[in-house]
Amino acid sequence: MSATPVLALRGVSKRFGAVQALTDVELEVHAGEVVALVGDNGAGKSTLVKTIAGVHPIDDGVIEWEGKPVSINRPHDAQGLGVATVYQDLALCDNLDVVGNLYLGRELLRRGVIDEVTMEKNARELLSTLSIRIPSVRIPIASLSGGQRQVVAIARALIGDPKVVILDEPTAALGVEQTAQVLDLVERLRERNLGVILISHNMADVKAVADTVAVLRLGKNNGSFPVKDTSHEEIIAAITGATENAVTRRAGRRTAEAAK
Amino acid sequence: MSDTSKTVKSDTTKAEKTEGVVEAQNTVAPADDPTAAPVSVVDPRLLVREEGFKGYITEFKRKVKGGELGSLPVVIGLIVIWTIFQLKNDLFLSADNLSNISYFLSATGMLAIGLVFVLLLGEIDLSVGSVSGLASAVFAVFVVDHSMNPWLALVLTIVTGTAIGALHGWFFAKIGVPAFVVTLAGLLAWNGLMLWLLGSSGTINLPSDSGPIKLFGQNSFFMDQAIIGAYLLAGIAVVLSFIGNFGEQRRRRAAGVPFRTNGEILLRVGLLALAAFVSAYVLNNASGVSNALVIFLTALVIVDFVLRRTTYGRKVFAVGGGIEAARRAGINVPMVRITVFAISGGFAAVGGMFFAGQTAGASLSAGAGDTLMLAIAAAVIGGTSLFGGRGTVWSALLGMLVIQSIRTGLDLLNMNTSIQYMITGGVLLGAVVIDSVSRRSQMAAGRG
Repeated sequence: MSATPVLALRGVSKRFGAVQALTDVELEVHAGEVVALVGDNGAGKSTLVKTIAGVHPIDDGVIEWEGKPVSINRPHDAQGLGVATVYQDLALCDNLDVVGNLYLGRELLRRGVIDEVTMEKNARELLSTLSIRIPSVRIPIASLSGGQRQVVAIARALIGDPKVVILDEPTAALGVEQTAQVLDLVERLRERNLGVILISHNMADVKAVADTVAVLRLGKNNGSFPVKDTSHEEIIAAITGATENAVTRRAGRRTAEAAK
Repeated sequence: MSDTSKTVKSDTTKAEKTEGVVEAQNTVAPADDPTAAPVSVVDPRLLVREEGFKGYITEFKRKVKGGELGSLPVVIGLIVIWTIFQLKNDLFLSADNLSNISYFLSATGMLAIGLVFVLLLGEIDLSVGSVSGLASAVFAVFVVDHSMNPWLALVLTIVTGTAIGALHGWFFAKIGVPAFVVTLAGLLAWNGLMLWLLGSSGTINLPSDSGPIKLFGQNSFFMDQAIIGAYLLAGIAVVLSFIGNFGEQRRRRAAGVPFRTNGEILLRVGLLALAAFVSAYVLNNASGVSNALVIFLTALVIVDFVLRRTTYGRKVFAVGGGIEAARRAGINVPMVRITVFAISGGFAAVGGMFFAGQTAGASLSAGAGDTLMLAIAAAVIGGTSLFGGRGTVWSALLGMLVIQSIRTGLDLLNMNTSIQYMITGGVLLGAVVIDSVSRRSQMAAGRG
């Protein structure tokens, strides 16, 4: 893991009218790291992601890209830096085939004409390096299953050669097998040395693939834990804010006594 | 497929997966994907190529079951219509009558080309009839009242139509008025403007001995009726198709992606050659290929290329398939909408000029009556979906063949306009029913 995070948020704040959606939020994503962003509903996960993706410009704080401060005011800025976002509603065109969707908006041209052959070749290569299994790259998206659409949407994010990929609830609507496929794909993104921000409500998914868990609570950081040494309960406690309870107090007292 | 073979297949897939060399085509789809189940083991397109002729039949059956009817209903409909009319009146399939059909279909066909663009967005343009009528009036005013050069007047007329379409598109894309309402207002308003322009003089006769009116007229033929003309056109089409198909095959083979086999290409080119040369022969037996038809076919080829091979065409399909997806992909959705309506207006103006060529004049009734309905019917009958995102511009040609055959046939049988309207209305309803039903079965087959 590199020393300088590829993307870092320092003291980011965002207001919507009377609502302080984010307050002094810190987040670091390194290349080859999967950061799970968790929090209760309304904790600010989506807002945070949208500030990175350029949908909502930040009010305060600094976004650093490879150590240098940058300003992200439009989705275009984020894409230019190398941030790719896969939103929960996948936003694929049902009537276009897989190749058409992968390259939508950035078709390869050859003498001014869409170069279907090269696009199809590259698409097949990309899908096979990601071990994505779909019947054909030339069938319309409408005939793919939910899990297949999700992996196509993620693959689509990779066409622009991004450095950071944001996945918003990629497994929310999927069955067991499809979830496994998507999680496999997340690991393959890490192997490709991409930084991944994974929003999820599912602790099992988070524990399975994430390296770091960043918890948001009421628009503020509520801890950042390495997944390896953190228990399920600790993460849940950070999400719900129930860090102070009878068990933790007794544990705290015991360690204090032992220290004496 | 038996259970054992399935297990074997998935085992091999797993084995390959560990090596990281899984190709897209040797996969087993997850069980929740109903369409993939029978065909997913191999790329469906590869399947066809590997099984030869039998593969085509299987693929065809699968598509029909899945609701992807394509041009099948049109071809069947055309055969039925031609058989019925030929039985009723044996002049119907005569060279002269077929030549008539081929000439008169091009005017409404031009309107239908523009409508295909609009239908691909899942919208409708109700104003094309009125705009075509207005175009002939504008042209007549330019040429007759202002003695303008007819070619300059033609260009200005088409620009006018395009501007009118862009105005509709602007109200739709920027203000958010439903396209149905904007163009309904246009239907009335532009017809009113045409009546106002022609108000003092009524019908304006256009000089038909030269200029565009002669070109679009019924007595203007490709290469002045030279026998070679029709065969030349057919030859060009076949040679271009041959070169294009084999060029693509070579590039695909070099890139290592699935390509069409020689047999398939020869079959396709052969069918095209058959259709083209038979048409050329029939038209030569009458009086030749009308220039209006040549212009119509050229427009079809160009527009087909734009829709399938350029980024603009891809954007039109994308907006028709999913507005949100298109927007996120960085496509300027309002721009696509405005330009599509502008194209529709432009083709409506061209169609109006064709009508003016047919009658050598701008009349008060131009673009009224069933013109709009026939244009919409042609696009839908030809296989372009009313629900957006699916269709080709060739549906303008196929649909117009059906429509014009019915009209000419009923004329031959001396049927009243009232009967014509009822029958054409029925055909339009039938086409929309086929579209809706095929869409529903496509959804059931997971291809909605």
